[in-house]
Amino acid sequence: MNAAVMLSALMAAPDAGGSGFDIGRMMAIIFAAVFVNNFVLSRFLGICPFLGVSKQLDSAIGMGAAVIFVLAMAALGCWVVYYLLLVPMGLGYLSTLTFILIIAALVQLVEMILLKYSPGLYRALGIYLPLITTNCAVLGVAVLNIGERYSLGESIVNAIAAGIGFTLALILMAGLRQKLEMADVPPALQGKPIAFLIAGIMSIAFLGFAGMGG
Amino acid sequence: MSLMKDFTNGLFNENPIFRLTLGTCPFLAVTTSVENAIGMGAAAMFVLVCSNFLVSLLRNLIPSEVRIPCYIVIIAAFVTLVDMVMAAYTPDLHKALGIFIPLIVVNCIILGRAEGFANRNPVLNSVIDGIGMGIGFTLAMLLLATFREILGNGTWLNINILGDAYTNQPLLIAILAPGAFILLGFILGVFNIMGNRKGGRR
Repeated sequence: MNAAVMLSALMAAPDAGGSGFDIGRMMAIIFAAVFVNNFVLSRFLGICPFLGVSKQLDSAIGMGAAVIFVLAMAALGCWVVYYLLLVPMGLGYLSTLTFILIIAALVQLVEMILLKYSPGLYRALGIYLPLITTNCAVLGVAVLNIGERYSLGESIVNAIAAGIGFTLALILMAGLRQKLEMADVPPALQGKPIAFLIAGIMSIAFLGFAGMGG
Repeated sequence: MSLMKDFTNGLFNENPIFRLTLGTCPFLAVTTSVENAIGMGAAAMFVLVCSNFLVSLLRNLIPSEVRIPCYIVIIAAFVTLVDMVMAAYTPDLHKALGIFIPLIVVNCIILGRAEGFANRNPVLNSVIDGIGMGIGFTLAMLLLATFREILGNGTWLNINILGDAYTNQPLLIAILAPGAFILLGFILGVFNIMGNRKGGRR
């Protein structure tokens, strides 16, 4: 496949993408992904790391940064492979299998980079880094981008915004849980149950955005 | 005897949701109605049993360094199969479950059982374990879906049980996202109390 063919495929891939860079549409996508359809609190994606890494603020921020990066890379990789490789070859049905392999490879890469340049963060994230592979938010955003027929730019913006929404929920949760250590929680609700109750109340707050985004 | 133990293990002792808190994402998302919960449970159970079977069968062939990618490919293949079958035969359910069908791939329960059980146990035990875990997952979803559908819609499996007066003005929040979090929090709390009683007697 020569460069001209690839370029035209890039331009033509999603029919409903609109022409050029539409700032209003981009803002709508960002607002929707961060607040209205917050990945954790309204789409139920990425609950495991949300509960697992939200005990301390530092690791919550590190995890959030790692997820934003992996999300953006995964959206880019999956979009390119889907529209340039799978669709032209009529292999659209292999998308799930392909996406998960791309994501697994990406996470491995991020892990190696972190180990080399930021061992402290690497140790803090611990076992949750490989778990980004099975973070449903990453595969979820790749599948959603294809389902919504977003263009390449919109896909990446959507992925980054989704990551910011995830990080926002994670940081809010970590702050609340640090306060919670001083609180007198009934024995039966200690640990996971109270975390779910707090998430529910946060989710009610985020429900308030639903009227705004349309 | 040991087969029976493998089966009931997934139902109670290591119930994926209530004991291990694995696979919460699809669990919270699809329990808006009992029908969705059953559909999701059946799909996840099929993938779980098939992947446990294949992983167990190939456990001596797959080099341990690359086992995780191999498991993921096996699981993704079965998920693709389920996705296509459901799109063809139950299009409404397929639409209702949406992206959570492809997301069965990243359901921690399935990879967890492949890694934690099937790769060191015989084929038959692994299949039984898959069935037990699948039923445990489905029953847990049924429990939450029952609460959510009755409170949020006044129905159970689309049968009106609370009467028209309630159905006209239900507790809508139970079906929306917050209801899932809060109800699951309380259910886990009840399980904690039950677990503590059991532990106290010992």
